[in-house]
Amino acid sequence: MTTGSPSTTSGDSVVRAASVDVTLNGIPIVRGATLDIAKGEVVAILGNNGSGKTTLMRALMGLIPHHGEIEVFGTPLARFRDWVRIGYVPQRGSILVQQATAREVVASGRLGHRRFFLPESAADRRAIADALAEVGLADKATYPFVRLSGGQQQRILIARALATGADLMAWDEPLAGVDHKTQELLAGVATRLKSKGTTIVMVLHELGCFRNLIDRTIVLADGRVMPPGYNHHDHEHPHAGHRDVHGGHEVDETERPRTHRTGLEVG
Amino acid sequence: MEWLSLEFMQRALLAALITGATAPAIGTFLVQRRLSLLGDGLGHLAVAGVGLAFLTGTAPLPMAVLICVIGSIGIELLRETGRASGDVGLAILFYGGLSGGLLLAGLAGQGAGTLAGYLFGSLLTVSAADLWVIGGLGLVVLAVTLGLLPQLFTVSADEPFARSIGLPVRLLNIVVVSLAAITVTVSMRTVGLLLVSALMVVPVATANHLVIGFRTGLLTAMGLGAFAAVGGAIGSYYLNTAPGSLIVVIAIAVFALSWPISQVLQRRHRPIVEVEDPVDPIGHELAEAHLHEHSEDCGHLVVQHADHLDYVHDGHRHAAHEDHYDEH
Repeated sequence: MTTGSPSTTSGDSVVRAASVDVTLNGIPIVRGATLDIAKGEVVAILGNNGSGKTTLMRALMGLIPHHGEIEVFGTPLARFRDWVRIGYVPQRGSILVQQATAREVVASGRLGHRRFFLPESAADRRAIADALAEVGLADKATYPFVRLSGGQQQRILIARALATGADLMAWDEPLAGVDHKTQELLAGVATRLKSKGTTIVMVLHELGCFRNLIDRTIVLADGRVMPPGYNHHDHEHPHAGHRDVHGGHEVDETERPRTHRTGLEVG
Repeated sequence: MEWLSLEFMQRALLAALITGATAPAIGTFLVQRRLSLLGDGLGHLAVAGVGLAFLTGTAPLPMAVLICVIGSIGIELLRETGRASGDVGLAILFYGGLSGGLLLAGLAGQGAGTLAGYLFGSLLTVSAADLWVIGGLGLVVLAVTLGLLPQLFTVSADEPFARSIGLPVRLLNIVVVSLAAITVTVSMRTVGLLLVSALMVVPVATANHLVIGFRTGLLTAMGLGAFAAVGGAIGSYYLNTAPGSLIVVIAIAVFALSWPISQVLQRRHRPIVEVEDPVDPIGHELAEAHLHEHSEDCGHLVVQHADHLDYVHDGHRHAAHEDHYDEH
């Protein structure tokens, strides 16, 4: 695993963000985020609680408003319509289902392919069955979603994203609160996706079982993308050695200077 | 069975059947979104439409539909922008609708008695013209709820995901509230505006007890709602009461009967609990001899322990080991 340095040529960029700011309820959450994720890369967005990693992912998916440039598959987000290419897994817990079966939840992953008022096609049914089998829950298809264990619910949400057939996966905290066995199973799912050339972006708290398959990490701290080499667990004194740690990052910052020039600077 | 030959009863029963089937269909989505009381509020709003119709001398049903649909779309747009998050705004809108309706009806010289027919239903008030409107609107509601069921389900279950796959979330949300508004007003002649919300929620809760699956639940709720509505309409003819009260009482009675059944079903579908930090079993401690054979559906709490399942039995966790159970 290497940190930082995107191994991209501009042509195969899947997600590109330049100077992205996100403000929620008047508070800046993501600040000047710039990143570039290439086709087939497996990238983890890391950071502590409140570092803005989930907010950044939601902005990249077009779920919340942002300032700055975001391109998905080379198209500016505002004009992007090819949503079937994205398999999004939101954080577990936001989903409201009272009595839906596991299969019904997975089936909603096919709606990007289905037309209004038309029933499931044979391809839809196959994709749903395959996705359930991939996460090892084919036998739980008719089971109520709310009665599954936390780890099983997470697997169903991953299966829903798999059912889309997307070639960009965006998983928000897939390992949060799931048992070790499920973590290993999900790492297997991600490995198989990677071998098929799927691009995967994951918001993670810790690399855990995904350590070996992640190509690159993007570390967020206080809403900013940290330069390569920054260890997000090494943050006891975030302002110590400020210049050394931030290095070239200050170049981006000059777009929105925080101090006004006095005109008296030398050179 | 002389009521079957009465023309007003035939119309009333048809109206009840349509109402009984449509109200739970749209109610399923409201319950899913934790908006169980929205139907009640929309009912209050529809009263303003009825009052306005009295004052302007137009037909009450179309006017109520119009006012209620406009109001519901306004509420949804406010909710979307986050400005209706406090429920006080909704309360003011709804009680404004109810009091405004009563006031307008009073100004039009109609007493509370006339309005009561709309608030609690009245078998005598379903005209032939009404029945056409009720039938037409009921058909629209059912066609859209059943036709767009997967889309509406996804939007009400997980809005961020629905957005991420490109569904027109705002449009679908507006469709849900508009259909709810139409359903509420269509129901005013049978179950009445103050009780219609019960018919949107109670059969859904009953179906939730009895069956598994969103689609199955919706269809079951439609059947239960139709049963309560038709049964209540027939019963109210004999008891000479407002049909709304009897319809809702029947719906709640069925709900109460479904309770014990749900307890049995829920035991069979208890979630598996996971041990957060599993330690491999230490030693090899035999459980007391017992004849019961554990399975995932046996009703005992199931615990995921490392690579196997334990079953909580008499305060112990039993793990299957060859021909016996170990204590874990």
